[in-house]
Amino acid sequence: MTDLTSVATPAGATATRSKIRVRNLNFFYHDFHALKGIDMDIPEKRVTAIIGPSGCGKSTLLRVFNRIYAMYPKLRAEGSVELDGENVLDPGYAMNRLRIKVGMVFQKPVPFPMTIYENVAYGIRHHQKLGRKKLDERVEEALRSAAIWGEVKDKLRHSALGLSGGQQQRLCIARCIALQPDVLLLDEPTSALDPIATSRIEQLIEELKRTYTIVIVTHNMQQAARVSDYTAFMYLGEMIEFGDTEMIFTKPEKKQTEDYITGRFG
Amino acid sequence: MHAARTETPARDFETRARTDARHDRIFHGALKSCALLVLAALLGAALSMLWGGREVLFQHGFHFLTSSSWNPVTDDYGALAPVFGTLVTSLIALVLAVPLSFGIALFLTEIAPVWMRGPVGTAIELLAGIPSIIYGMWGLFIFVPFMARIEPALSSTLGQIPLIGKLFEGPPLGLGILTAGIVLAVMILPFISSVMREVFQTVPKRLKESAYALGSTTREVVWDIVLPYTRSAVIGGIFLGLGRALGETMAVTFVLGNSDNITSSLLMPGTSISSSIANEFNEAVGTHRSALIALGFLLFVVTFIVLLIARLMLRQLARREGN
Repeated sequence: MTDLTSVATPAGATATRSKIRVRNLNFFYHDFHALKGIDMDIPEKRVTAIIGPSGCGKSTLLRVFNRIYAMYPKLRAEGSVELDGENVLDPGYAMNRLRIKVGMVFQKPVPFPMTIYENVAYGIRHHQKLGRKKLDERVEEALRSAAIWGEVKDKLRHSALGLSGGQQQRLCIARCIALQPDVLLLDEPTSALDPIATSRIEQLIEELKRTYTIVIVTHNMQQAARVSDYTAFMYLGEMIEFGDTEMIFTKPEKKQTEDYITGRFG
Repeated sequence: MHAARTETPARDFETRARTDARHDRIFHGALKSCALLVLAALLGAALSMLWGGREVLFQHGFHFLTSSSWNPVTDDYGALAPVFGTLVTSLIALVLAVPLSFGIALFLTEIAPVWMRGPVGTAIELLAGIPSIIYGMWGLFIFVPFMARIEPALSSTLGQIPLIGKLFEGPPLGLGILTAGIVLAVMILPFISSVMREVFQTVPKRLKESAYALGSTTREVVWDIVLPYTRSAVIGGIFLGLGRALGETMAVTFVLGNSDNITSSLLMPGTSISSSIANEFNEAVGTHRSALIALGFLLFVVTFIVLLIARLMLRQLARREGN
C-alpha cells in the first residue's frame, strides 16, 4: 500500500480514460466499517472484476457506485466516487441521472411480475416519453444487445416469470441496457445459473464491453480470469491489489492476493 | 466396526416394511378424516339451514327472494331488505377500509422508520382483536350522536349533488346504513391492513432494489412492483375482510336502526341478515322461525357467491398477465 497510485490505477490502463474514480471511500453499516479508504480508477469500456472472500466488501463497493445503499437507513458512505468527473455521492447529484448512467444486475434474476415487453419498457417509460413505435424499437434493440431477442421475440406478451433462469438474467441485462447507461454493475450475475447459462452470460459480457464500462463482482475466480481485463482483490474491506487481470492471476504483487488466488484461504 | 455389526435377517426387514406401511396408512387416514370433517360440517350446516327454512321457502318460493315486506303478524316474509342492507353496509365498509388499509400497510412496510414498524403493526393486530360488542357499544353511544351532528352537513353538501344526492337525504337520525358501514369499516380495517402488511413484506428485497436501480420512485415501486407481485394475496385479504363484514352481527345491530325498509338514502335506518336474526330470534315461532333460518341460509349463499367472484377475478387477472 506504499505506492498509492499503482494501487489506484491498474498497470497498462493508461491507454484508456478512467470512467469511475474512487477516492478515499469509506463505508459504514451502522458502526461497522465495511470499506476502508478505497482508491480505484475504473477504465472506460473495459471489464473490471472485483474478487475476494465473502464479506470482504466487494458487493458493498458495487452498491455504492449507484447509491442503491441509500434505500436503507443507517448506511453511510464517505469519500468520493467520481463518474466522468462528478461526485455521485454528492447529494446534489440527481438520483434519476445516476440510475440512468449506471445500471445494475443482481445475483438472482429478478424479472418484474409483468410481460417480457413490459419488463424492458418499464425503465424507459420512467425516464422518457416515447411513442409506441420508438418504444418498440428501443425494446427490440435492448433485447438484441442482451442476446435474448431470438428466444423471446414471439412471446413478448407472455409473463417474464415463465423464462428460464438464464433467460431471465439476460432479460434483466436487457432491462438495464434499455436505459442506455454508461456503466453496468454486475453483482455475481451468474451465481444462480447453470454452467451453460453462465457461459452465455460471459459471452454477452465480452460483447457488451465494446459499448459499456463493466464492473463485475464475482466469487468465481475462473470467471474473473475469463471475462475481465482488470481485477481488483479485496480483503476485509481493503483494496489489496488492483491490476491487469493476467498479472493478478500469474504474478500478483501481494502475498495475500497470491494466497487467495492459489486457494490457500477464502 | 464392521465386524462388530450384527446382521439383520431379511425377514425382519419385511416385517418392518409391513408395519411401516400400516402406520402410514393409518396416518393418511387420520389426516384425510380431519379434512373431510370440515367438508361434512359445512355441508351439514348448509343442509340443516335449508331444511329449517323449508317451510317458508315452499310457501313463498321466489317471493321470499324478491319481496321486501317482512311482517310476522301476517306471516309474510321477503328477504330483500336484509340482503340489501347486508350488501350495502359491507360495500360501504370496503370502499372506506380498502384504500385506508393500503395506506397503512404501505406506510408500514415501505416508508415508516424501523422503530415504528413493530409497535404500530402490533397495535393494528390488537385493534383487530377487539370484540365486536365493544365496537357496537362505541358505535351506539359515541359514534351515532356524532353522526347525528354531522348528517345535516352531509345532506346540505353531498345531498345537493344530482344523482349522488339521493344517497344523503333524510332526517339526521345518526343511526342508519352509512353509520353501520363506517363502523364495519373500522372493524375490518385492522384486519385487512394486517393481512396486507404481511403480504407486502413478502416482496423480495431484490425485486424492489432492481426497480429502484432503474430509477423508480417509491410510488412507482409500490404501484408497479409491490402491488402486482402481491395482487392475488391482497385481493384474498380484501375478500376475507368482506366475508367478515357480511357476517358481522353485534356492531351492526346496534347502529343500523333495524327497520325493514329499502331506501335510496344511506342516512336512513335499514336491516341486515345477521341483525334481523339476532333481533327476532327470541320470539320467533313457526313460519317466522323458518323464515329466519332461511335468511341464515341466504347469508351462506351470499358469502359463497362473494368468494366465488373473488376466485374468478383472480383467475381472470392471472390470464391477462399471460401466466
